[in-house]
Amino acid sequence: MRVSLAVSALVVLVAALAAVPWFVSDYGLGFMVNLMCYLVLTIAWALFSGTTRYVSLATAAFFGLGAYTVAMLVKELPIYATFGVALVVGTLMALLVGLVTLRISGMFFVIFGFGLSELMREVLVWWEINKTHTMGRYVFVPFNTTLIYWHLLGLAVLVFLVGWWLRRSRLGIALLVIGDDETMARQAGVNVPLAKVMIFVVSSVFMTMVGAIMAPRFGYLTPNFAFNPMISFQVVIMALLGGMQRLWGPVLGVIPLILLSELLQVRFPFWYSVLLGLVFMVIVYFLPRGVTGLVEDAWEALRRPIALPRGVTGPIIDAWTFLSQPISLPRGIAGAIEDGWARVTRRQPSGGR
Amino acid sequence: MSLIEVVLGGVITGGLYALIAIGFNLQYGVARIFNLAYGEFLMAAAFAAFWMFTLVSIDPILGMALSVPVTFGANWLVYKLLMLPLVRRARTRDDLEGDTILATFGLLFVLKGAAQLAFTPDNRFYNYLNTPVQIIGFTFAANRVLAFGVACAVGLGIWLFLTRTRFGAAMRALAIEPTGARLVGVDATAMSALAFAGGGALVAVAGTLVSTFLTFNPAIGVEFTMKALVVVMMGGVGNMVGSLVAGVLLGVAESLCSYFIDSGLTLAVAYFLFLIVLLVRPRGLFGTP
Repeated sequence: MRVSLAVSALVVLVAALAAVPWFVSDYGLGFMVNLMCYLVLTIAWALFSGTTRYVSLATAAFFGLGAYTVAMLVKELPIYATFGVALVVGTLMALLVGLVTLRISGMFFVIFGFGLSELMREVLVWWEINKTHTMGRYVFVPFNTTLIYWHLLGLAVLVFLVGWWLRRSRLGIALLVIGDDETMARQAGVNVPLAKVMIFVVSSVFMTMVGAIMAPRFGYLTPNFAFNPMISFQVVIMALLGGMQRLWGPVLGVIPLILLSELLQVRFPFWYSVLLGLVFMVIVYFLPRGVTGLVEDAWEALRRPIALPRGVTGPIIDAWTFLSQPISLPRGIAGAIEDGWARVTRRQPSGGR
Repeated sequence: MSLIEVVLGGVITGGLYALIAIGFNLQYGVARIFNLAYGEFLMAAAFAAFWMFTLVSIDPILGMALSVPVTFGANWLVYKLLMLPLVRRARTRDDLEGDTILATFGLLFVLKGAAQLAFTPDNRFYNYLNTPVQIIGFTFAANRVLAFGVACAVGLGIWLFLTRTRFGAAMRALAIEPTGARLVGVDATAMSALAFAGGGALVAVAGTLVSTFLTFNPAIGVEFTMKALVVVMMGGVGNMVGSLVAGVLLGVAESLCSYFIDSGLTLAVAYFLFLIVLLVRPRGLFGTP
């Protein structure tokens, strides 16, 4: 009963989101596309990094890979065929990176991911200058913002379903154990490298597809624009702010930060990087478990019964006993002040006693 | 330009990479801080040298007398104020690595953004000792040779410090056996702060040297952080000699790549080397398997 209720609530939510293009302005739709884009990226990021606890800085690399694949092929192939190619390219790239680095240690993976988008950018720039003699690509296809939005929404539903299914599958449970204690997972017979590579591929393919779908939105793409390290950065912030213990955690991070970045880009375009960096550091230092952590703590506090072992009358009786004591000043008012002062400074009173 | 000249040019660049990597190794190997904002201090030092040279025409090498202590102090403060709370909070080493990666990733964007605000994102360059010199029959740019000389001198100084002083011994002990080092009375916090600040001072030296012969802008930091990471991983964490060898190797490989293929692919070369080492010797060139 509860499950079917939740499912129907989600269906209604998705239907409402799908109807958004008919009710908002162009600016509003652009905002929603941006939101959906980061929502999918962040959930995909949390699928991998939330369970394995490896900080992946490779989001921009896969996003750029998807976007640039579409941009390079869009003149030769129909748009859905380019999406298909992006899917294959993304899978192969993720398999390659995962197989090489995840087998060994988390640190190699982080380092590799950190520079991966820079590497792809550099190689593409070199390729464009020396081989194809172009710089940048135009993506002019009949694929308008509304279509982009619906595709992203579909992808968001898909990534949610995958995440939901993962929590109930053997792979998901294996990943949770790996995140907790890798040695124990190995002892329990989990094929640790295989599990990590699989989830990495799933997560990266979603990122690649977001890039592919977003390509027509930009219209004109250069390697420097497609492989922008800011994307990796924003996704990490959003996932951290939301918290990764719950599937819906990233949603709580994406919405406020998209609003914030919209505000910052309009009001303080030059300060954007600095302010976002500061916000990020605040989250790392003061909200290590994200907004989800706060929500969970509040929920726990609300569910705890209020402690009144002697009932409501207990405190009243205490107050009455205190008030009905006769006032006693054996050492006079000065003595009472002295005692009070001693209590504040936590020293023994000088005289008397 | 003969092949020997290309290789020797690579060795000269490699000396600088080695210096950068040794600084990173001090921060990561000894203080256990994985500093993604490392290259930003290189960028800051490069700008310091640039402004001192163009505005008040102070020789960059002499200017290091000012910029290096300032960077040392700044890094010491970064450790004390930003890293120490994370060190205290972390339960395991993996926790600490994750937290410091995140915190310094934020710091990277703050510093880069601040530099772009203050100095504009334009490319900068200044002419310093841009004259050819003849060494054993081959021609090199004087500023590169000077950079190599300074890098060698500083590297030698660091080596003497690490092997001949009590502080150095304490740092090496911390790098190899953190718990054991504490048990024999090494003040881990103080030594880590010192190592972190020392690493920052080294990268300030490297930044000044880089600024004498390369064009730079506020975004160059990441590239050098990457190269430092690759070199440290190749040479082994905590292994200073390994960093030296791997740094020179990277310099030569880059130089060969720009001679035979294209000079725009240096990061690709670094990655290629990194991949090979990763596949063949996952514990680094000198690591015991």
